[in-house]
Amino acid sequence: MKTAVIVFPGSNCDRDIAVALESVTGRKPEMVWHGESELPAGLGLIALPGGFSYGDYLRCGAIAARSPVVRAVVEAAGRGVPVLGICNGFQVLTETGLLPGALMRNAGLNFVCRDVPLTVETSQSIFTSAYAAGEGITIPVAHHDGNYFADAATLDEIEGEGRVAFRYATDVNGSARRIAGLLNKSGNVLGMMPHPERRIEAAHGGTDGRRLFEGLLEAIA
Amino acid sequence: MKLRIIVTLKNGVLDPQGKAIQHALGGLGFEGVDDVRAGKIFELEVAESTSDAAIDEMCRKLLANTVIENYRIEKQ
Repeated sequence: MKTAVIVFPGSNCDRDIAVALESVTGRKPEMVWHGESELPAGLGLIALPGGFSYGDYLRCGAIAARSPVVRAVVEAAGRGVPVLGICNGFQVLTETGLLPGALMRNAGLNFVCRDVPLTVETSQSIFTSAYAAGEGITIPVAHHDGNYFADAATLDEIEGEGRVAFRYATDVNGSARRIAGLLNKSGNVLGMMPHPERRIEAAHGGTDGRRLFEGLLEAIA
Repeated sequence: MKLRIIVTLKNGVLDPQGKAIQHALGGLGFEGVDDVRAGKIFELEVAESTSDAAIDEMCRKLLANTVIENYRIEKQ
């Protein structure tokens, strides 16, 4: 599978996701700089990495969401290309409008950096097909602005459509309904605050993250 | 033309930073501070010919995230 990692000034998990993708797909991803206005052809996945794009100026992900390459990502997402936004990448996805809601400062105000237990809410997506619905997994988080907010009507709609992919088992950051990962309507875009690319091999303390990428590889093969 | 754009959180959106500031004011001995909401101010210098519609679009497209924020435009 051919993949691409979008690199913004201030991204700092771009190498982590690149190593994870190469480990699972056997192929080095294309690293695409933020100023590019076109993406490589034939991509099976576009990854928006964690970090602090553009220094988190204005709002987390706000400037990145208006960059030339992200306009191309939005267009590709519209054509059904799978897009995965992790941490800052999730913030970028909400700022583009590809995913509803917004990610605000953690309710406890602290930067949270630790392993967190998650519940997989659905196995009916290309990103979660390798998990069982209701399964408990452990993936690390590292963020200051992961407090998911959306109005009640939007939350009900998301839940009703089975679009919550992952939920924190216990409260981590004040997120509405403990939402940790969220799918778009057509299921080809996933945003999540936890870092699956940091749970790829046994030396990471577990491989719960690896199955996301393995499932995706199998689902779109 | 000088513009001042004030961006504030919508009612009903929790503001942890405002809460922390409120507590800090209490810690300094200021009593009776019932609520604090943090926001942002942008000062823009734009061409005189800039239309109201364009200014509004700047706010909606970038300066404010209308999912969580309101904005107010002041011309000076």
